[in-house]
Amino acid sequence: MPSAKTTSLLPLEVSSLSYRVDQETLLDNIDLSVDSPGISVIMGANGAGKSLLLRIVHGLLEAHSGAIYWHGVAMAETLRRRQALVFQKPVLMRRSVAANIDFVLRPMGGQYRQRRDELLHQAGLQHKRNQPARLLSGGEQQKLALARALATEPEVLLLDEPCASIDSASTLQIENLLHDTRQRGVKIILVTHDIGQARRLADDVIFMHRGRILEHRPAASFFDSPSSPEGQAYLDGRIVV
Amino acid sequence: MQDFSEAFGLAASLILGFDADLGEIIVLSLRVSLSAVLLAALIGFPLGALTAVLSFPGRQAIAVLMNALMGLPPVVVGLLVYMALSRAGPLGWMNLLYTPMAMIIAQTILVTPIIAALSRQVMEDMHREYDEQFRSLCIPTRRVMTALIWDSRYSLLTVALAGFGRAIAEVGAVIIVGGNIDHLTRVMTTAIALETSKGNLALALALGFVLLILALSVNAAVYSLRASAKRLSYA
Repeated sequence: MPSAKTTSLLPLEVSSLSYRVDQETLLDNIDLSVDSPGISVIMGANGAGKSLLLRIVHGLLEAHSGAIYWHGVAMAETLRRRQALVFQKPVLMRRSVAANIDFVLRPMGGQYRQRRDELLHQAGLQHKRNQPARLLSGGEQQKLALARALATEPEVLLLDEPCASIDSASTLQIENLLHDTRQRGVKIILVTHDIGQARRLADDVIFMHRGRILEHRPAASFFDSPSSPEGQAYLDGRIVV
Repeated sequence: MQDFSEAFGLAASLILGFDADLGEIIVLSLRVSLSAVLLAALIGFPLGALTAVLSFPGRQAIAVLMNALMGLPPVVVGLLVYMALSRAGPLGWMNLLYTPMAMIIAQTILVTPIIAALSRQVMEDMHREYDEQFRSLCIPTRRVMTALIWDSRYSLLTVALAGFGRAIAEVGAVIIVGGNIDHLTRVMTTAIALETSKGNLALALALGFVLLILALSVNAAVYSLRASAKRLSYA
């Protein structure tokens, strides 16, 4: 079990970031600074650019303009090694549950089997360790993807709607895992459009609308009184276009 | 017509009686073609994985070339290997002409492009699915390649089977570099060609049956393996 630590990757500074596809601007001149530990939740309607922003700060996509700095260092593969991303649709390898974790742990050397069993236990998947990973239910697959991400011992954990279309028991387990991870000092950036989940988890909220960040505030203040009409409409459950 | 039924009867008795000559030919055929497929897989799988994973200028051209080489005419391969291995050729000093090794070399050349091109297609599809996750995990290219080969192992088995089908059934290359020498380089296809031309239909037919049964059983084995892999979501 990794000891409690505070990530040295913060602050995350994003400046003048834009991303376009075929003349359509999907991210429009984004400025963002994330320097507090805990869980930052990126919220917004479908197509707001949440997942895109997450991929870009993780270095999987390159922005057309703008800069991304983690603790003053421009985004590079060495920084990505210290982060992990859980995708909305988990990408599991055609192997057993245990082998999916081993794939990440083995190169790290040491007593990886013990660590793998620990991770599977935390995710509630120990009894399924020898099953083919791709035969797990949607919720179990996502828990395995999260356990694999945690196996890399990331300083920053990024999650792209991890609980979209999974059962509520799995959602609860994932949220508990995220709480524990947060307690260990891992910075979490979570994309969701589940307002309930954001209320339960967020320390601060980044609200996006049509490729722009409209608000970035502590969670309590955002949920009490969003400053943008779009944020208010979103929280009220009205359709925001 | 009577000749035909007689030939069938003789063929059955040769097979059921475990005829020694027939057995020798079958064993040599399997030894040559399986060795060639094994060698071709050792070259073709990594080559397929490499072209599936790496993006470099000319990658498309290599893919087209690999696909084109799938249709290599066996006699042309046989001729080229013959020239290389003959006394005056660059590899003449190895004294391999008219040996099973020469046949293995020729079939390896014939089968490698098939295995490389088909495995590239299999692994390219899988790579598309894994790519973002692997880049997120910062997996080095070599590990990506071995992971793709391992995770597509059941599909690659079918690819190897396609190569085996090509090798075991071809006659043009082995007859040129092997010479169809009795008890030395005679395999099923060359024997069928020879025995048919001699009018000895019984042996030719027996060999033909064995060839068919072999093809059917290998296909059935791989099919059932693939089916169980699919059931377990490994394929």
